[in-house]
Amino acid sequence: MPEVLMNGNSAIAEAAIRAGCQCYFGYPITPQNELSEYMALNLSRRKGCSFVQAESELAAINMVYGASAAGVRVMTSSSSPGISLKQEGISYLAANELPCVIVNMSRGGPGLGSISAAQSDYFQATRGGGHGDYRTIVLAPSSVPELAEFTHRAFDLADKYLVPVMILGDGMLGQMMEPVAFHHEAPEVFSVRSRSLRGAKGRPSRIFKTFTSKPAELEELNWSLFRRYQLIQKEETTSEAFLTDDARLIIVAFGIAARIARGAIKTVRAEGLKVGMLRPITLWPFPTEAVKEAAKKTKQFLVFEMNMGQMVDDVKLALEGKGKVSFYGRPGGVIPTPSEVARVISRIYVQEGLT
Amino acid sequence: MLVKTIFAGFGGQGVLSMGLNLAQAAMMEGKHVTYLPAYGAEVRGGTANCTVAISDEEIASPVASSPEFVVVMNAPSLVRFQNQVDAGGVLFVNSSLIDIEILRRDIEIVNVPANAIAEKVGSARSANMVMLGAFTRKSRLVSIASIVDGLKTALKGKTKLVAINEEALMAGYNLF
Repeated sequence: MPEVLMNGNSAIAEAAIRAGCQCYFGYPITPQNELSEYMALNLSRRKGCSFVQAESELAAINMVYGASAAGVRVMTSSSSPGISLKQEGISYLAANELPCVIVNMSRGGPGLGSISAAQSDYFQATRGGGHGDYRTIVLAPSSVPELAEFTHRAFDLADKYLVPVMILGDGMLGQMMEPVAFHHEAPEVFSVRSRSLRGAKGRPSRIFKTFTSKPAELEELNWSLFRRYQLIQKEETTSEAFLTDDARLIIVAFGIAARIARGAIKTVRAEGLKVGMLRPITLWPFPTEAVKEAAKKTKQFLVFEMNMGQMVDDVKLALEGKGKVSFYGRPGGVIPTPSEVARVISRIYVQEGLT
Repeated sequence: MLVKTIFAGFGGQGVLSMGLNLAQAAMMEGKHVTYLPAYGAEVRGGTANCTVAISDEEIASPVASSPEFVVVMNAPSLVRFQNQVDAGGVLFVNSSLIDIEILRRDIEIVNVPANAIAEKVGSARSANMVMLGAFTRKSRLVSIASIVDGLKTALKGKTKLVAINEEALMAGYNLF
C-alpha cells in the first residue's frame, strides 16, 4: 500500500483493524476522538466486528474485559482522565491474564487538565496503573508510522504474554498528520484464543474471577505473573540509540519528546557538541541494560520529558549511581521547541565541563 | 532544509484545507512532511490555524515558533501571527479582508486580494485556493502540478469541485 497522509489517531485505528482487532469500545475524549471516529466508520467494513460507543469509560473497559474473555482481539482508547477511570478494569484484566490493547493519547494533568499534549502519565502507565501487583507492557511511539507499527506489535505482544498492552502516545502525535504506509493486510479469518469463554458444551465450565479467599492461591497467581513479567523484561525490552558512539552527553527521552530532542541534538552537533540520545521504546520493560551500557562511555545524562520528571527515576535506578543525571521538563501541555532544548543542552554541556 | 508554514484564518475559510493540500502535495513529491492542526475549543467563525513542516530530512517538531511563511486570511490572524514570522520570511496577507498597516520591515509582505479574485472566477468560497495558488508560486515549496494532484486526491472524484478549485488555484498562481 502506498503512503497516505493520516493523523496519528486514525493511523492507530487502521493498524488495529489490520491487526485483526475485532472489537473496539470507547468513550469520547479530546485529543483522541479521531480514533473512535475512524473505528466507527471503518471497523464495520469487516464482518463480525463490533464497535460500541460506551456510556462511560468504565463501561468501555468492562466491555473490553468481556470481549477478551471471549477470546477476540480487542482495543479501547482514551486520554489521561479517561485512562484513570479505566484502571480498575485494567487491573482485573491483568489478574485474569486477559490480553487487550489500551491506547492513551495523553494530555496535560492533573485533574481534567488541558487538551494539549503531555507525558505526565508515565508513572501511571509503567507501574501498572491500577491496584495490585501487575504491569502492562508500555510502547512509546514518536511518529505516525510508529503509531501504526506499534499498534500491530501491541496486539501480538498482548496475545503472546496474555497481558494488557498500553500504547502511550500524546495529543500531538494523535492530531498531527504524517505520511504512513500500512504493511499488514487484515487476516482473512479472525483467530480465537484458546481458553476463552464461548459456551461450555462438551467440556467442564471455566470461570474467570479475580477474588479468592485463599491468600496462598493468590500468591501463586502473583508468582506466575511475576515470572511472565521477568520473561517480558528479558525478551521484549527495546530502545533506540542515536549518535551515542562518541557522545559526552546522552539525552534520554521518549515519544514526541525524543523527536524534539533529536532536532535539538542536530542543532548542537552542528556547533560541535558531542551529544547523543537513548530513546526507550518500551517504557515498561524499561531498557535498563541499554542505559547501563551507555554509562560505560559517558557519565553525563540529561533526561528530557514533557512532565515534571518521571522517567528520570527509572534512569537513575538503571544507573545505580554510576552517572550524573540532569533533568529538563515542561509540564501541563506546553510543547517545548527544539531550539529551547538545544539551549538547555548547551548550558549543561558547558556547566559540566564537557567542551 | 526545513521550512515551516502557518496558515491562519477564521473557521470556515478553509485554512486547514490549504495546509492539508500543501502537505499532501509535499508527500507526493517524496518530501518529509508534518501537518499539525491547531486544536482548541474552537467553533465555526472562531480562529483556526495549522502548521505544515516540509523538509528533505526527518522533521523533529511539527510545531513552528518562527515559521518562514505565514498565510493570514483575516485580521485577527494577522495580529496574532505577524510577529512570529522569521526575519527574512514571507507574510501572505488576504488583502480583501485585511486593512491593517503591517509594521515589520524585515519580512516580505505579499498582498493577495483572495476573496475579490475568487468572486471574479465565480466561486466566492474558493478564496483559500486563490491564496494557495499565490503561495505555491511565491514559496516554491512544491510544484503547482502536485498541488492540483493533491486536490484531486482530497476531493476523490468530485470532478466539478476539482474544476472550480483548480480554476481558483490557477488564478492565484498566475497573479505574479
